[in-house]
Amino acid sequence: MSLEAAPPAPLTRLSSFLYLRPRLVLTLLLVPPLLWLGIVYLGSLFSLLAQSFFYVDDFSGLTVYEPTLRTYGELFTDANLTIILRTVMMAAAVTIVCGVIAFPLAYYMARYAGTKSKAIFYLAVMLPLWSNYLVRVYAWKLILAKEGAISWIFDQLHLGWLLDGVLSIPVIGGPSLSASYIGTAIVFIYIWLPYMILPVEAALERVPRSLLEASADLGAKPRATLRKVIFPLAIPGIAAGSIFTFSLTLGDYIIPNLVGSSRPFIGQVVYGLQGTAGNLPLAAAFAMVPVLVMAGYLTVAKRFGAFDAL
Amino acid sequence: MPSKAAANTSQRMGERPSLSLRAAATFGLLFLNLPLAFILLYAFSTDDRSFTFPPPGLTLKWFAVAWERDDIWQALWLSVRVAMMGTAIALVLGTLAAAAMFRFRFFGKESVTLLILLPIALPGIVTGISLRSAFGVADIPFSYWTIVLGHATFCIVVVYNNVIARLRRSSPALVEASMDLGANSFQTFRHVVLPNIATALLAGGMLAFALSFDEVIVTTFTAGQQQTIPIWILGQLLRPRERPVTNVVAVFVILVTMLPILCAYWLTRDTHDASGSGK
Repeated sequence: MSLEAAPPAPLTRLSSFLYLRPRLVLTLLLVPPLLWLGIVYLGSLFSLLAQSFFYVDDFSGLTVYEPTLRTYGELFTDANLTIILRTVMMAAAVTIVCGVIAFPLAYYMARYAGTKSKAIFYLAVMLPLWSNYLVRVYAWKLILAKEGAISWIFDQLHLGWLLDGVLSIPVIGGPSLSASYIGTAIVFIYIWLPYMILPVEAALERVPRSLLEASADLGAKPRATLRKVIFPLAIPGIAAGSIFTFSLTLGDYIIPNLVGSSRPFIGQVVYGLQGTAGNLPLAAAFAMVPVLVMAGYLTVAKRFGAFDAL
Repeated sequence: MPSKAAANTSQRMGERPSLSLRAAATFGLLFLNLPLAFILLYAFSTDDRSFTFPPPGLTLKWFAVAWERDDIWQALWLSVRVAMMGTAIALVLGTLAAAAMFRFRFFGKESVTLLILLPIALPGIVTGISLRSAFGVADIPFSYWTIVLGHATFCIVVVYNNVIARLRRSSPALVEASMDLGANSFQTFRHVVLPNIATALLAGGMLAFALSFDEVIVTTFTAGQQQTIPIWILGQLLRPRERPVTNVVAVFVILVTMLPILCAYWLTRDTHDASGSGK
């Protein structure tokens, strides 16, 4: 028995011990992140959900901790429905314009950019995405201001009347671009545009060249190929991008607060209700609106193959 | 289908892009990048009251004024401390999660993926108000740690994405070889796996840092009276005082976040989809 090797080092023994117990290893790995996400995040979400089933007593102004649906009922007043409708319409408009601007850019990236220029395109799309959100909103405040760059350009082109004409349109117009829905929409579009470009580009890149050749061989003009071959294949990407543009617009409260008219969006109402108004139950119920709208949206987007394109 | 994607890039169509396509693509790129140039321009403006374009004159004075302001330094220091702690927590939890998800199949795996992604998939305001209401229920006073709690939660996914993408790309044969040669799993991790994922960890950490440094929506709900740099900027946008100072801070913030992101891009440039997607 003198030939027996020295007993293995403790770490090696522990290693062998664990090797035979993969379940234990999995548990050890997964427990810390799950504890964090489960307690901090899910716990918070449930506490919010619970809040939405309480209500604030009109007379005392205190929260009554009895399960009820009356706070949800308050969402259905005219004023609140208008706010929800306004936000959803804005999200839809922003999503559509983002799609229109993103498609040609993504198409160019996917089809015509070489390896090098594609890297530059990626950076040019990613850098605004990653540079500070507030700073980018602020940049547009400078540009859209009454005395800012856009007015100046219109004046230089002697088109000031055109800008004034657009701003005099009821509802979407206002005293200046930075105090109108047009301004709000421009900033939303600018901020979320990269979220649309990236998935559309990814979808377009997957279109095999042979399909385009086949289409041309069968006599389709480039425009017909675009409409009947390329565009349908890009739909999953567009659906994926629209999830971001739509969801982010629904929840944002800073952009409409800084740029736009004083008519509120869902996010602003939620922020105001939980802060100064101290009506956390109604704020919670309002916060559930984007969650529910997005749940519905995701179901539809899934049918268009959005999840395969992510 | 990466092979097809690659083929698509290399063999480009013989035809040239049409003029209107090129114009539309150029418009998109300018629209995305030009606005940031305005911040830079206005940081030098002599005009401190309005947003007049073009600025009436240029000066370096505002950089000196910003340097002297204590409130800016305090906000900056808080942002740095929060981002470092949030990144550290996210690095540990994100890597553990990535290792578990890469290595094992188990019941409920899809739900775990969803749970990791959810803090970024739901609008920030939902995360923010949830945390706020939980702090209320649990009677937790606002502090440095309440901000960190929120930031670490949405930074986990960035680290997770980077690490799992790298793990999927690395060859399992390396680990097997190491074990065959008699290394235990700790040695294998230290000498084989860790060097392999090091740049992914670095990139994920940098992106998490940049994300935390920029975060404003969740922070407004979890900060109480404390000011991070984005909260400071938000305050300036709502109640402006010395506008060009805000522009100087904005230029600085752009630099602080862009540098780590460029590094992260460079570190993961061969892992196509690794750099964290979406805020």
